[in-house]
Amino acid sequence: MIPTLSGNQGLQIEEPLIFEQDSPGACGVDLPDAPAIDDRLGGLARQGPIGLPGLAEPTVVRHYTRLSQKNVGIDSVFYPLGSCTMKHNPRLNEKLARLPGLADIHPFQPQGTVQGALELMDTCAHWLKTLTGMPAIAMSPAAGAHGEFCGLMTIRAAVAARGETRTRILVPESAHGTNPASAAACGFTVDPIPATARGRVDLAALKAKLGPDVAALMLTNPNTCGLFEDEILEIAEAIHGAGGYFYCDGANYNAIVGRVRVADLGVDVMHINLHKTFSTPHGGGGPGAGPTVLSAALAPFAPLPAVVHDDQGFRLIEHAAQSGAMPVGRIKGYHGQFGVFVRALAYMMSMGADGLRQASSDAVLNANYLLAELSSDLSASFEGPCMHEALFDDRFLKDSGVSTLDFAKALIDEGFHPMTMYFPLVVHGALLMEPTETESKDTLDRFIATVRGLARRAQDGGAESFKAAPVFTPRRRLDETTAARTPVLRWKPPAS
Amino acid sequence: MRYLPLTGADRQAMLAAIGASSADDLFRDVPVAARRDAPVDLPFHAGEMEVEARFAALAARNMAAGSVPFFLGAGAYRHHVPATVDALIQRGEFLTSYTPYQPEVSQGTLQYLFEFQTQVALITGMEVANASLYDAATACAEAAAMAARVTRRKKVLLSGDLHPHYRSVAASTLQFTDIAVEALDPDPLGLEDLLGRVDSQTACVIVQNPGFFGRLKDLTALAEECHAVGALLVVAVAEPVSLGLVAPPGAMGADIVVAEGQALGNALNFGGPGLGLFATREKYLRQMPGRLVGQTVDADGRRGWVLTLSTREQHIRREKATSNICTNSGLCALAFSIHLSLLGEEGFTGLARLNHARAVTLADKLARLPGVKLLPQSFFNEFALLLPKDAAQVVDALAAKHILGGVPVSRFYPSYPELAEVLLVTATETTSEADMDAFAAALREVLQ
Ligand SMILES: Cc1ncc(COP(=O)(O)O)c(C=O)c1O
Repeated sequence: MIPTLSGNQGLQIEEPLIFEQDSPGACGVDLPDAPAIDDRLGGLARQGPIGLPGLAEPTVVRHYTRLSQKNVGIDSVFYPLGSCTMKHNPRLNEKLARLPGLADIHPFQPQGTVQGALELMDTCAHWLKTLTGMPAIAMSPAAGAHGEFCGLMTIRAAVAARGETRTRILVPESAHGTNPASAAACGFTVDPIPATARGRVDLAALKAKLGPDVAALMLTNPNTCGLFEDEILEIAEAIHGAGGYFYCDGANYNAIVGRVRVADLGVDVMHINLHKTFSTPHGGGGPGAGPTVLSAALAPFAPLPAVVHDDQGFRLIEHAAQSGAMPVGRIKGYHGQFGVFVRALAYMMSMGADGLRQASSDAVLNANYLLAELSSDLSASFEGPCMHEALFDDRFLKDSGVSTLDFAKALIDEGFHPMTMYFPLVVHGALLMEPTETESKDTLDRFIATVRGLARRAQDGGAESFKAAPVFTPRRRLDETTAARTPVLRWKPPAS
Repeated sequence: MRYLPLTGADRQAMLAAIGASSADDLFRDVPVAARRDAPVDLPFHAGEMEVEARFAALAARNMAAGSVPFFLGAGAYRHHVPATVDALIQRGEFLTSYTPYQPEVSQGTLQYLFEFQTQVALITGMEVANASLYDAATACAEAAAMAARVTRRKKVLLSGDLHPHYRSVAASTLQFTDIAVEALDPDPLGLEDLLGRVDSQTACVIVQNPGFFGRLKDLTALAEECHAVGALLVVAVAEPVSLGLVAPPGAMGADIVVAEGQALGNALNFGGPGLGLFATREKYLRQMPGRLVGQTVDADGRRGWVLTLSTREQHIRREKATSNICTNSGLCALAFSIHLSLLGEEGFTGLARLNHARAVTLADKLARLPGVKLLPQSFFNEFALLLPKDAAQVVDALAAKHILGGVPVSRFYPSYPELAEVLLVTATETTSEADMDAFAAALREVLQ
């Protein structure tokens, strides 16, 4: 193929950095001139230029439009990224989040002028408590990891209130990295527990690790292998029997919404990723929200603020003295991720109790369909049924010269976003597929046919094509080693 | 149900392929006692019209900032966001993508984050910035923890002119670590002396500029004092538009800058989501929290972008990571970056001048009222006033007149009676002369 003169390839347009498009004097806004005043800057005015580029509005629009075209999202492709619940993001929710009465309100307006916002937060909390069957909730955590931190803080405070010192947290080896990191941030030490050959917590090993210094078990359920911990009641009983708490990582809650009462599993605290289970867009990295449901024992320690309701209307409790409890303080500015609550509540109300139950059922059905249809060609790590995600490892690639990474990159050329790779760590070369309930059978069938074909190609000596993949993307494989060895983290003007 | 593509026939065919008798069969690993056999006690599904009506009713019970003269700030600022910003961030390829783990299909996200990091470094006057944290309050806690790692010291000092939520979040977040946090009393009059409080045990001092009460400060001497004893200076910026006019923390010797980015590109949203900005010096790079995007080349030698230095992060380092953060504020960072691209050098500095001019005009109008005293001599677009009456009551009385007239400081510090009459007032480019006159007239009446 003859390279193009421009470097562009049809619809794929090369796009320089905004800093390389600087047109001094150009500007993308028209502001009124500032009236003449004597400044009150106390001699602290900025000296010299900042170095921001000047761009007119059309240039800016084209820049970001072109950048968007170098991305894929759920809107464009099947995105079976395990553990991330990449489900459809309804645009109704975006529209509602932009109503002036919800978007254009300030966190410190008099509370009488934001009764609708407080009611919305309270209603969102009510749905989440009712779905999980848990009595209390902390709404302020900003994401899943922040919810973990919030939950562990309440555990730490509850243990202290009992006059005990418990500093150890048990975390399965299959856990997400945020679990041990959150435990450490809360001043705990982390003690790993192994998995069984069935991909579940090893109950005997867990029991052997219990002791008077264990504050909690942090367990993801359904777990990161996509399996329901079928000994969960025994696990909960064991940790409770040893005086510890049961933290459930709710990242995989999408599998069980409306079908399982979390409270009946013996859970003391669980975060919910609204940006996964409740369809708020992940936005290329956030924002999310991680409301955290709590048992009655941990509820008094929940961080502030909280919304309460009495005959005067809705009210925010913002200070420990007003709360009558023993809050661990405040872990986030203002009142939590309100804009995310709007979207999540709109989703919950659209789906309803019946729809949410159907959604988890379809999510589990879709994953089991992948598991069943791909087991002949790929190597399933564990026997089904799985929950909302299907886990494979790289045994099917043995001696093929193709790695999990190569396999994922080949899928990109086929027009699919890859599955999660190399997580969880308990199987070799993991490929974790989470289809979600918003994919049709037709999409799954096309994906299955493609994955089977690729597996056969790998097994039939086609390694070379995998090593070259992807070839149809705006960029081919990127050199991560050089990026880390000599970090270039910002643009700098070329030396003149 | 409009979001669910599977039909009854699909479900039957799939169950047959799986060899399961029913959907319930797939849940057989769930203990019977925890299964729900029927939907929970919540309303059933609803169409768009119904949901819209419900939300419109909730929205109608809030007083939207744009519907009345509006003067609130205290860390959340109302600026005019160009229409372009919201149109672009709603492109599905931005809105509905995950964190850019697969760089070949995420060059758009990665490039805008690289540009964002550059913009943040430029406006704060620092060398490097990360790809965002949750908000400025959590960024303060991260900065304190990072300073403790860098200095191997355990004492953190919080200025009384730091936003009260930044203070309480830092203190709460660090309470179960071995880091000791000392928060000085709120400082409406600018009397605080930090210079004498830094010693060889101090990991860092965290100050805010412009301060919570509005005051602008030259932090050069404090930076020198910190460096002389081996401590770091952390500067928080609650209003990023100030950086278009005021000398940036980097120029005053800051080691870490944390800021709230909401004011650019993002609506108020009742305070969330926010956008935590985090910038530092290159030598501290490996102790930074959060994601970083770096430049590299692809297999064909073309320039491209990847997430980098991830050996600091939880997915690699687990309990030894520099932070537990995973999901951050990506889309808010995009909105910030597009707004700043539209503004450019001329627009950003012009916007800042306009904000300052409006605030000066407003301060003069309000300080003329009997019994009202302007507290800070220097300020950017926000200032504290001492009123002759309880500020919370004044604000309620103003709200009854359909004016949102600032933030009473007692909302944050109910146990400091000496702050009961202090009111924080902000003006931005959205504040008209007529708004100001309406505010001044109403305040005069309420104070009588
Ligand atoms: C199992 C699990 N736990 C925790 C998290 C962290 O959630 P967040 O990214 O919202 O902080 C994730 C998200 O990737 C996850 O998959």
